[in-house]
Amino acid sequence: MVDNDRWGNLLAHCILIVGVALVVFPIYIAVIASTHTGSTFLSGTLPLLPGKEAWTNYTTVIFEGRSRAGTPPIAQMLWNSFIMAMAITIGKLSISLLSAFAIVYFQFRFRLFFFWIIFLTLMLPVEVRIVPTFQVVADLGMLNSFAGLSIPLIASATATFLFRQFFMTIPEEMLEAARVDGAGPLKFFKDILLPLSITNIAALFVIMFIYGWNQYLWPLLITTDPSYYTIVMGIQRMATGGDSEPLWHLVMATVVVAALPPVLVILFMQRLFVKGLTETEK
Amino acid sequence: MSSIRILNLSKVYDDSTHAVKQINLNIDDGEFIVLVGPSGCGKSTLLRMIAGLETISDGELYIGDRLVNNLEPAERDIAMVFQNYALYPHMTVYKNMAYGLKNRGFSASEIEERVQKTAKMLEIEQFLTRKPKALSGGQRQRVAMGRALVREPAAFLLDEPLSNLDAKLRVQMRVEIKQLQKRLKTTSLYVTHDQLEAMTLGDRLVVLNQGQVEQVGAPLEVYNRPETLFVAGFIGSPSMNLIDIDHLDKSINAHALSSLPKGTDILGIRPDCLSSSQPNEPSIQLECNMTLFEPSGAESHLYMSLKDQQQILIMRVESLKQEFSEPYFKVYAKIKDIHPFNKLSGKRTD
Repeated sequence: MVDNDRWGNLLAHCILIVGVALVVFPIYIAVIASTHTGSTFLSGTLPLLPGKEAWTNYTTVIFEGRSRAGTPPIAQMLWNSFIMAMAITIGKLSISLLSAFAIVYFQFRFRLFFFWIIFLTLMLPVEVRIVPTFQVVADLGMLNSFAGLSIPLIASATATFLFRQFFMTIPEEMLEAARVDGAGPLKFFKDILLPLSITNIAALFVIMFIYGWNQYLWPLLITTDPSYYTIVMGIQRMATGGDSEPLWHLVMATVVVAALPPVLVILFMQRLFVKGLTETEK
Repeated sequence: MSSIRILNLSKVYDDSTHAVKQINLNIDDGEFIVLVGPSGCGKSTLLRMIAGLETISDGELYIGDRLVNNLEPAERDIAMVFQNYALYPHMTVYKNMAYGLKNRGFSASEIEERVQKTAKMLEIEQFLTRKPKALSGGQRQRVAMGRALVREPAAFLLDEPLSNLDAKLRVQMRVEIKQLQKRLKTTSLYVTHDQLEAMTLGDRLVVLNQGQVEQVGAPLEVYNRPETLFVAGFIGSPSMNLIDIDHLDKSINAHALSSLPKGTDILGIRPDCLSSSQPNEPSIQLECNMTLFEPSGAESHLYMSLKDQQQILIMRVESLKQEFSEPYFKVYAKIKDIHPFNKLSGKRTD
């Protein structure tokens, strides 16, 4: 595959550049749009160079908001989203680590049955079970609460399945050596399994966090109290709410701010799983 | 340090395979016992039962004076070295060795002292801060030994600890393990399928076959006087020639055969007890032709087939002689070198 065909190279690069442009350009537009005044939008043409209103726009959306136009300050919504995403991520990781641990290392009746039950729930994403789940959460009085936002989304077959596969690749002697060394099941879990799984945990953390952060339908359904609004549904309310024209420059500023936390999580976790990849060995 | 007493120990798996059958064994304090046998003979299962990694189906197991049948591995005061070492990959060598002590609640200063002492003994001090991945096979093997030694347990259990090493390192580690055991005088059980390892290491051998003990004894005792056909064929390299008495020329060997014990129908003759020149004492005589000459330096082996028979015999020779190329030549074995067996019972007849 390595040849120095000049035109081939050029063509390949052209395709790559077009591909990147297709992905990056809308994001660029969003960033640019968030630096202009609202009236620039109404004139019909959108400039491609940054304007001068960045500071005003961002401080407005984050701290002040324009509640009449459906834009409360987003700091609260960012915080809500963060709490929900973290609760979902940590909840999913702990539950799936523990259930994979049970399924792989303990002999109990109907072990395989339970494994397949967990596996089957893969076929039931939130959207499919949303009505009964709403009913349950409503009856438990968890509407408008962080518990209601996160708990129904915590069960995770994917992570359980991945951890199970990973645990099964750890040689049995590791468990036996730990038993001879006087480590009980929980100690083995804490001292051996968790450190060995750190790469997988980091990777899943990123995926789960983004999954939690991007939740839209569920928070839209169960929150009516603005103090529990999440950022993703907040954007939707901004774009459609109010009687006047949506304030696009503020919406765009919100979008840019909302996209940042997942990026930060990826940057932070990447260090961890690159480190994990180079240091663990089975 | 303590003795190990095994009484009628059995292991039956769920699918009713009988891996270990009614084994009885007394291991003295400080003794080095080698469990040897072909793969699937139950030697590893027996070791793992002693370690507590397999449940005991029947029988009693004492370490020291304690009945340990239902104790967890950690409570049995044993240390184990695994075939693939099973070092914790995310811990440094130091932590690998300290982990068992830490779980037993030793103080940090005592752990430090013991790890340093053991590391010094095994010459792995310079690796203490490394992780297992950064070590060679031989070094990992030492760390695995260190992890066992540092605990100063009542007994060491070693499950084929050298089989992942290359041939040269294996010989070197074999010598070291033997010296270490002589110095520490800790009761040790060593599992291997390599009969050379078994012969050189053990104070006593336990030869296992199909979950049963075939013979227990000092290495040379087992070599010089195998009690069963299985042991005769298993111990010694190349293995002993086992010749059916019907394959012999009855008229020539009539006198020699009559001096064998009653019931003998298999003659066991070691390759180095066959000779192409007739000895001055009572002997049997075989007619053979050469199939293969295998030179290997110090000693060479001649493969030959018995006249009119399929059976292949092996003889140790010093060099390839002219007479071997003749269609048939005679080889002799002294009566006193013959191990007589009965085919049906598989036992020795003298």
